[in-house]
Amino acid sequence: MASSCPECGANVGVGSKPMAGEIVQCPDCGTELEVKNLQPLELAVAPAEEEDWGE
Amino acid sequence: MATAPRVGVLMSRVRVEEKLLFEELGRRGIEPVVLDDRSLVFPLEQPLELGVDVVLERAIQHSRALYALKIFEQWGIPTVNTYQVADTCGNKFLTTVALLRDGVPTPRTRIAFTQESALQAVEELGYPVVLKPIIGSWGRLLSKVNDRDAAEALLEHKETLGSYLHAIYYIQEYVPKPNRDIRSFVVGDECICAIYRSSAHWITNTAQGGRATNCPVTPEIADLSVRAARSIGGGVVAVDILESPEGLLVNEVNYTMEFRNSIETTGVNIPAKIIDHVLAAARDGA
Repeated sequence: MASSCPECGANVGVGSKPMAGEIVQCPDCGTELEVKNLQPLELAVAPAEEEDWGE
Repeated sequence: MATAPRVGVLMSRVRVEEKLLFEELGRRGIEPVVLDDRSLVFPLEQPLELGVDVVLERAIQHSRALYALKIFEQWGIPTVNTYQVADTCGNKFLTTVALLRDGVPTPRTRIAFTQESALQAVEELGYPVVLKPIIGSWGRLLSKVNDRDAAEALLEHKETLGSYLHAIYYIQEYVPKPNRDIRSFVVGDECICAIYRSSAHWITNTAQGGRATNCPVTPEIADLSVRAARSIGGGVVAVDILESPEGLLVNEVNYTMEFRNSIETTGVNIPAKIIDHVLAAARDGA
């Protein structure tokens, strides 16, 4: 499955079994993208790391 | 045949770990209920019917995990991990207090509330020292302070530029270690595996470029790890251990552990062990 990068328009593959919320990286511009919707496949720029993120 | 427990997963961002946990649940015929922390609204007057017997917490954001776990606890839903574990592990001060209370060896630590008293604590411990934010992960905002000039500048920056939490100064002795630390994984009462995280840099988190290799779980590592896990409330946790000249010290305990670099490295099916624990928690809470 693939969709276009919202930043640069490049074609971004998400594998055969993407999950909503999954993070992929645009192979062209390197932007971190989040899978927002599966049907239809929609990508958005992923949220930036915040101060309380982690494990 | 007994019905499989209904498993909710609190999450938003899907990391490799979440995908692996979902796959493991799928292998057991369990379709998890996704509880997206970005869209949930919690009415505090009465519980929501979520249709779950247990919640596995996998939120990337500590603050959301903390509040959600408290609410699930109020609603009588078992969680892995518990609110108390999240609160203790997510706050370095609370972690240190718990470890010391139970006699788990940990680096010498001081707390101070002003630049002046913090500087006094720094100089009492002696350079170099490490300053850490009370709440933080992935090796972020850790400071190794080598002299007084740096200490004064850093303390002023923390007080001026940070939120009020950055003016709770958590000051720890610097522990010389052999270019690596140990991360052990504890599920319940078992230390299931461990890795070395090696780096030429003093911060060895894999998020900061540390490289993982298998660390044999010695009786000493197992005992220390389980004691540390128990002291913070138990569950599914990753324990960070320093090899100091005086022996092993527990640095901190992580409650939403990341393990993608550790499955192949250790040969242990970490997601399977986690799901075993989650399903047991569901059965015990029934």
